[in-house]
Amino acid sequence: MALSAQQIPRWLNSIKLNSLITAAQLRSHYGRPGQTLLHRLSAQPQVSSDSGFLQWGLKTFRTSSKWNSSSQCTKSSGQEIDSAQSTMLPSVSEQPQKTPNFDSELSLEDLDDVPPLSPLQPISEQEAVRIIADPPLPPDSFTLRDYVDHSETLQKLVLLGVDLSKIEKHPGAANLLLRLDFEKDINQVLLFLKDLGIEDSQLGAFLTKNYAIFSEDLENLKTRVAYLQSKSFSKSDITQMVRKAPFLLSFSVERLDNRLGFFQKELELNVKKTRDLVVRLPRLLTGSLEPVKENMKVYRLELGFKHNEIQHMITQIPKMLTANKRKLTETFDFVHNVMSIPHHIIVRFPQVFNARLFKVKERHLFLAYLGRAQYDPAKANYISLDKLVSVPDEIFCEEIAKASVQDFEKFLKTL
Amino acid sequence: MGAAGVARLHGLFAAYKPPGLHWKHLRDTVELQLLKGLNARKPPAPQQRVRFLLGPVEGSEEKELTLTATSVPSLTNHPLVRGPAFTSLKIGMGHRLDVQASGVVVLGVGQGCSLLTDMYHAHLTKDYTVLGLLGKATDDFREDGRLVERTTYDHVTREKLDRILAVIQGSHQKALVTYSNLDLQTQEAYEMAVKGLIRPMNKSPMLVTGIRCLRFAPPEFLLEVQCMNETQKQLRSLVHEIGLELKTTAVCSHVRRTRDGCFTLDDALLRTQWNLNSIQDAMQAAAPRVAAELEKNLRLRLGTQQLQGPGWQGDNEGPSPALEGRTAGGAAVGKGQSCS
Repeated sequence: MALSAQQIPRWLNSIKLNSLITAAQLRSHYGRPGQTLLHRLSAQPQVSSDSGFLQWGLKTFRTSSKWNSSSQCTKSSGQEIDSAQSTMLPSVSEQPQKTPNFDSELSLEDLDDVPPLSPLQPISEQEAVRIIADPPLPPDSFTLRDYVDHSETLQKLVLLGVDLSKIEKHPGAANLLLRLDFEKDINQVLLFLKDLGIEDSQLGAFLTKNYAIFSEDLENLKTRVAYLQSKSFSKSDITQMVRKAPFLLSFSVERLDNRLGFFQKELELNVKKTRDLVVRLPRLLTGSLEPVKENMKVYRLELGFKHNEIQHMITQIPKMLTANKRKLTETFDFVHNVMSIPHHIIVRFPQVFNARLFKVKERHLFLAYLGRAQYDPAKANYISLDKLVSVPDEIFCEEIAKASVQDFEKFLKTL
Repeated sequence: MGAAGVARLHGLFAAYKPPGLHWKHLRDTVELQLLKGLNARKPPAPQQRVRFLLGPVEGSEEKELTLTATSVPSLTNHPLVRGPAFTSLKIGMGHRLDVQASGVVVLGVGQGCSLLTDMYHAHLTKDYTVLGLLGKATDDFREDGRLVERTTYDHVTREKLDRILAVIQGSHQKALVTYSNLDLQTQEAYEMAVKGLIRPMNKSPMLVTGIRCLRFAPPEFLLEVQCMNETQKQLRSLVHEIGLELKTTAVCSHVRRTRDGCFTLDDALLRTQWNLNSIQDAMQAAAPRVAAELEKNLRLRLGTQQLQGPGWQGDNEGPSPALEGRTAGGAAVGKGQSCS
């Protein structure tokens, strides 16, 4: 059909062949205008698998190139298209045997050498009705919204719970996702993750963070899991670590080894405690090591804690290793100098470093106003730091301050 | 549903800024909380789109394919594909407070931002409680600034303080009249002055309309200040000047705004109440009061504009004294004749 023959060369000349979102692949996913194509389709009903579309796409390109050669376009453009086609879809060219009827029809086409129809030629109503002329997909776009309805891969990812709007913000991520094929690449990785123990409902969050896992080699992933198992991490431990730190499996074995070694040397804890720490906060392994080194120095030199005290605090609240240095010093300054709480009591309740400073300040000032600010365990009416910091407002007001929430709010408005 | 939510989110509300929080941080936190609330609403039902699919016609013998229109679900507007429905809101802040000061701060959302401009032009007064500390002088008038001087303050009594405050109030009262460019020779202007309705409606330096001592327990003293066109730094320097007048020195340890226009401490929302529902309720509650206040001020402004001397040039220019004296006299003669 002349309509398609003249559309296609315009299409192919307009796309930048080295730009990653190729219209070629996308056009293969949806219907193509043309009456002769419908005849072909009658032999094989429209399947909803990607491989079927890709094959079909290849066939139509071959025929379209033949049409180009027979019409005004030069042979070279046809060859160009073919070579480009072959570089872009290498895997598909190996499967011509699945559709023998296509081949027979192709050869019939060659023999017939049907001349292309011009658009001015009148056609019957029935033929006109059969023309499918969907608006063409944009060759490039800034969002995946334009392609999601035409790509099975993307639709299946959305149904899994993957947040495409977040992924497309990363440069190159959207192109990677569009080039993937669900059956070949994604399925295997998903099965691997499920074997690890990640639930269906958690897969979406995982893949939103680490979509690059699709481009990893499955063998490498298995090697890394085997390495973790060799370090006596149990299966459930590994599941928890991978779920909380999605990038863990993208780290090579030697990098993981280096990081585990660093934590063992730096914290000087025994092997079991280090393992527990890493399982509780696996982003220690995937994050940067500089803040950890700096925080260790801050605790030792600036805040004046002894090494065994730091070890005790870290095993209780691992998040302290990655806390913000400024917030740490401000909180410690208030707790130690204003609330006059000595080091050995802070060591027993390291949750104060995890709490918001304004909360600690407001509650302490309220207790001081009421005369209940008593933090010495030896004396009566002692208030422990963890109760001060961790309980919600209502319980704090009722049990610890023995006042109503309205009184607390009125007091806050006098600060 | 989303559009309806944002449609209700227009107006003014007051928040209580705690000390130590930058005003921009407050504004950003409020915006984040409102966006969280708006995006948490139920997403609309999935859209459908019409596709013409090929398929054999049912019930027909031949293998002819025809196009049938079917409605298939479309994922283009799915929240996971499109992203959050709301990404930013227009939120403005009225008279700002600096980092160490605390108190009532007025925020406007959406259409309320234009009301903020109206409130600014209304030149309403604000109430502050200022806590001063005798015996110290620092470089930036704050308690934790660099110490400059230490003095004794045993000679300071309540009466001396009250006398000085009265002097300050008197001098500022005169300044009020001057900067309001009112021709006091007229009867209407005199009546307004008696009622205390005179206020400058253009740019003016800090003017204190009322000042009194709430508590005096040396070295601490608590002042209540009613003022306009002020900054918190100027209030602190006022405390410093009071110390100097008392022949000692003083620094300001805390500045707290208790009223901004028609918003008082009771209307201000605390940090735990900075969420969509509380803010919407606060805006609805405040809307009639704000409208009434602005209308009253508009009438007042139009009234004073009529009473302005002919020497009044406009908002941006100050009065030129020579011109004012002559023309004021001329106008008075004319107006006096019409009255009698």
